Amino acid sequence: MSEEAKIVVEHFHFYYGSLLALKDINLQIRARQIRAILGPARSGKTTLLKSLNRLTDLTYGTRHTGRVFLDEQEIYDSQISLPELRRRVGMVFDLPTPLPLSIFENVAYGPRLKGITQKTRLREIVEKSLHAAVLWEEVKDRLASSALGLSGGQQQRLCIARVLALEPEVIMLDEPCSGLDPISTASIERSLIELKKEYTVILVPHNIQQASRVADRVAFLLSGELIEEGPAGQIFTRPKDKRTEDYISGKFG
Amino acid sequence: MKISRYATQWAAKVIVWMGAFSTLAVMIWILIQVLMEGLPLLHLDFFLDSPRQMGRSGGIFSTIIGTMALTAVAIIIATPLGVGTAVYLKEYTRETRLTRLIRFGTDCLAGVPSIIFGLFGFVFFVIFLKMGWSILSGGLTLAVMILPTIISTAEEAIKAIPRSYREVSFALGGTRWQTVARVILPNALPGILTGVLLGVGRSVGETAPLILTAGSSLLVPTSLFSPIRTMSVHFYILAREGISMEMAYATGAALILLILTINTLANWLLWRYVRKKRG
Repeated sequence: MSEEAKIVVEHFHFYYGSLLALKDINLQIRARQIRAILGPARSGKTTLLKSLNRLTDLTYGTRHTGRVFLDEQEIYDSQISLPELRRRVGMVFDLPTPLPLSIFENVAYGPRLKGITQKTRLREIVEKSLHAAVLWEEVKDRLASSALGLSGGQQQRLCIARVLALEPEVIMLDEPCSGLDPISTASIERSLIELKKEYTVILVPHNIQQASRVADRVAFLLSGELIEEGPAGQIFTRPKDKRTEDYISGKFG
Repeated sequence: MKISRYATQWAAKVIVWMGAFSTLAVMIWILIQVLMEGLPLLHLDFFLDSPRQMGRSGGIFSTIIGTMALTAVAIIIATPLGVGTAVYLKEYTRETRLTRLIRFGTDCLAGVPSIIFGLFGFVFFVIFLKMGWSILSGGLTLAVMILPTIISTAEEAIKAIPRSYREVSFALGGTRWQTVARVILPNALPGILTGVLLGVGRSVGETAPLILTAGSSLLVPTSLFSPIRTMSVHFYILAREGISMEMAYATGAALILLILTINTLANWLLWRYVRKKRG
């Protein structure tokens, strides 16, 4: 199993000031699978995602113990380049966050930061990424118009395209379908299943049904603790822990 | 005694409306007064001729050049410093004793009367640094004066940018500087420009500190070290020494036109920029 593991989290504790947000997390995330992270609000899901590409560094007064490896490289090592890490481990946020730029420039933002300036190369990347996020057909004629004019579902797929343009290895999505209608949700789920052929996907689903539709493996977090993890089929049908069972059957949420 | 809700509503409406109306009225009154007295005297010659007989006749060409050169120096120096300070305060550090000290300093600077800046400029730039009465001394003095305004407006503009923009930029592999250069500054530009325009207005309108630092020469400047007289100073001297009230009004009218032109131009450029960026 460890051969396939893209990300390995070992004894990871995370604190905001004195508040313990994650407690002794041990988790392996395999390549080319969709790993769903379930849990009620404030159980540490977003913190876990953000600590995998060190976006948590943007918040003052945080600290951690334990280790996180990406392809056997410790990401909290002082030698690591943060921009490089974040390009390898891309993240899509829970609300669509287009920058106030054109559709084209939103997708080209990451590649430009990397230093790609050649117009034809950028066009190639933008087109490929928009195709992969199943958005190309809808926006191909108005790439130069503002991304703020897109619908919520389109904006969220734009955010996915923007991450794909970085050519990442891991894609993390934090409730990417919250606030979206069922049709947009279905199209995002379709693109997730496409994505896992090439990428490692970590998904915080916005409900349990979504996890059961797309996830290969599931981890269940509660109050910052990893209660249980395993293949989706097993977690949803025969959870080992009573708390997992209660959560999945909807006794609390 | 109980006042009915209807009466309070009515009173509030009257007070708010009167406030807005009297502000507008005062502004229009000043404009009409100056423009009515001054506009009839404005001919092309007035703009293109330099003052003669201490300003009793001739035009104001040299003072227009002086005003623009001085304002340009002040803005070119104060804008990068002010915006840089604001970026430092908002993006490169969090609230510490140092940031509070910087903010306290700029607040104090903003409250200092302009004549004190004039005195400082005279002692420091004119005498100590041996720049003499010149565009450079005056411009530097003005730059120090408008710095607090530029810092605080730029800081407000940067503060108004959603946190998510920063997070997205970092998440897409941006460094801090890339985030500042590509997300923060372009989006803060309208607010920054407001501060710069306030600075322009102040530079163009200031008199006392400039008499002490830029002099009151009527010659057309030839370098940054030439002494000059700005339009406001010219206006002040014409009126104060009783040289020519008519010429003073004409200068005043020209000054108002200059400020209107600068503001309109800046707003037009901004509008074009925003439209282009939003796509």
